[in-house]
Amino acid sequence: MKMFTLAASAAILAWGSAAQAQQTLSMWYHGAGNEVESKIINQIIADFNASQADWKVELQSFPQAAYNDSVVAGALAGNLPDILDVDGPVMPNWAWAGYMQPLQIDEAKIEAFLPGPKGYWDGKLYSIGLWDAAVALVTRQAYLDELGLRTPTLEQPWTKDEFMAALDAAKASGKFEYAFDPGMAWTGEWYPYAFSPFLQSFGGDIVDRTTYKTAEGALNGDAAMAFGEWWQGLFKNGYAPATQDPADRDGGFAAGKYAFSWNGNWAALNTLKAFPDTVFLPSPDFGNGPKIGAASWQFGISASSKYPEGASAFIEFALQDKYLADFSNGIGLIPATKTAAAMTENYKDGGPMAVFFGLTEAQALVRPVTPGYVVQAKVFEKALADIANGADVASTLDAATDEINADIEKNGGYGH
Amino acid sequence: MAMIAADNRGLRLVTRYAVLVLIAIIFVFPLVFMLMSSLKPDQQLLQDSGNLRAFLPVGDISLQNYTDAFQRAPVATFVFNSVLVTGVTVALSLLLCSAAGFAFVFVRWRGRDTLLALLLATLILPFETIAIPLLMMVANLPWVGMEGLTWGWLNSYRVQIIPFIADGLTVFLFVQYFKDLPGELIEAARVEGASWWQIYRKIVMPLSGPIFATAAILKFLVMYNQYLWPLMVTQEEGYRPVMVGLQYFFQLNVAWGEVMAYLSMITVPVLAFYLYLQKAFIASIASTGVKG
Repeated sequence: MKMFTLAASAAILAWGSAAQAQQTLSMWYHGAGNEVESKIINQIIADFNASQADWKVELQSFPQAAYNDSVVAGALAGNLPDILDVDGPVMPNWAWAGYMQPLQIDEAKIEAFLPGPKGYWDGKLYSIGLWDAAVALVTRQAYLDELGLRTPTLEQPWTKDEFMAALDAAKASGKFEYAFDPGMAWTGEWYPYAFSPFLQSFGGDIVDRTTYKTAEGALNGDAAMAFGEWWQGLFKNGYAPATQDPADRDGGFAAGKYAFSWNGNWAALNTLKAFPDTVFLPSPDFGNGPKIGAASWQFGISASSKYPEGASAFIEFALQDKYLADFSNGIGLIPATKTAAAMTENYKDGGPMAVFFGLTEAQALVRPVTPGYVVQAKVFEKALADIANGADVASTLDAATDEINADIEKNGGYGH
Repeated sequence: MAMIAADNRGLRLVTRYAVLVLIAIIFVFPLVFMLMSSLKPDQQLLQDSGNLRAFLPVGDISLQNYTDAFQRAPVATFVFNSVLVTGVTVALSLLLCSAAGFAFVFVRWRGRDTLLALLLATLILPFETIAIPLLMMVANLPWVGMEGLTWGWLNSYRVQIIPFIADGLTVFLFVQYFKDLPGELIEAARVEGASWWQIYRKIVMPLSGPIFATAAILKFLVMYNQYLWPLMVTQEEGYRPVMVGLQYFFQLNVAWGEVMAYLSMITVPVLAFYLYLQKAFIASIASTGVKG
């Protein structure tokens, strides 16, 4: 009996000390309400917690629409978790504001990653994503054939003239309500993500990336003016609707209202279901090379975390190809590596969405890597919405430039 | 002559009812749209949205959206949290603000008018202006509970209740209403030796049903619709209220049927509360001129 008591006490003590040794790491994630995404992230956490005895990750999920505000409030209240996720273009702002610290992971492990998911700021890696997203010009092979259009390729995308000729042909056919659906129903980050690549392909930008200290010349130079005139012409000349309700955005192309739709890989599977002959075409080249946006949600570590090594261990654990493939299969996003893509249904060679991997590799350009981006994105969105609704192009872009410059000045250059 | 007068009266009555029915339809149709849409699959919902079918239970009708809504989000938790936070805040607010209104109107004390003016001045401050200082304050406040002394009120019910118990508008409503009560009653009670508490409890409260109902409904609506504050102070899902929960349904591809099902479910407590207090609310509007 005595022996049993001693053994039991020893076992309890050992269990107790092991349990104490496992340090809890808090984690915030933006996937609440998305059942598939939640299941995958919970699986990764469960696997990580079971794989070692030092760390235990505990998750709090937030709805995406409320996530950024929650993080900012958490930072103000001094209540950030150890691990958080961050939208790629927002990361520099959070790093600059002192919400995040650099990752402590072996960068050799992310060498094979697409450039978009790597979140560098000030020369340091602050965040890393398991996937990227890409936008394509969506149409049907039947439409291309009926309208007598060449199928553009990554090597030979449409020029501006070819693109406009395609829109003219679609408009002249009388078959569609509008030739082009740019996605005006989606507001917020969609504007800079989806539309600033057009501006960049014209030769302009939201801000001058050589210094990040001014938008002068980038957002209101000749190239930007040409972009603005073209953008306004899309709506003024009846190629696209300047306003759109979300339901139309979700179902308009499938209902045959539009010949071409500017949409992301996340919507591709539904489109393929509606039309098996759907094709995803590369962005047109408006003169300075074809461009699409890059960088999606990524993992990072809060500046207040006392356990950056544990947080980094979790993030490094999550970077395994099998998890990249799980996320891709679950929510349709582009896995960050080619080896993971080969493990997926949609992005493996010959898969229905494999073209998006090539688009990301060939055309992706991250949004301006600056803390000021969060303000610049909103200014850009407003300017483009105003121009679409008939505002004078030159004065609108000049005003947007002034607003961005004033914000940069007010924030002491944002550390550039 | 009498027949012409009767005809005119009849015509006026018909016109009046026609206008009232039209107004009622305008107000009721969004609710009917919400309920009917909650029963339809997304594709049908979107197809029907441009015509009268949107207001009719026709087509592929089912409760599937409700089932899906419960799978997407812990709806019952959100509703429970909102009802709890709102209920407790309304009850405590009525007690505290009516007592404050009573003290401002019936009790003479130094600084009364100045304090009332300061309190009313807070009405012009939108909540957004104090949200961040308030957040930083509650994040560091002490609390003594089952776990002993702890610091910080985040992720709790108290952080959603206590800052909203007292507010200038509710006190103002009580002050205005109490001013119209007959002062002789209070004076007589004082002469008879009644305490302030007895006067408040036995005389003023029984005479103030309409204003209690009005204040309750206004406070209920404000609290039940809270979004910004709970978003800032509740990082744990278990404490989130219905309006933050609504964001769970806005993914990249919005499931509108589920959104309508969720909205239908969270509207029930508001309608029930309003219908329960409707008569007193209308009586109060008639007597105080308050517009909700």
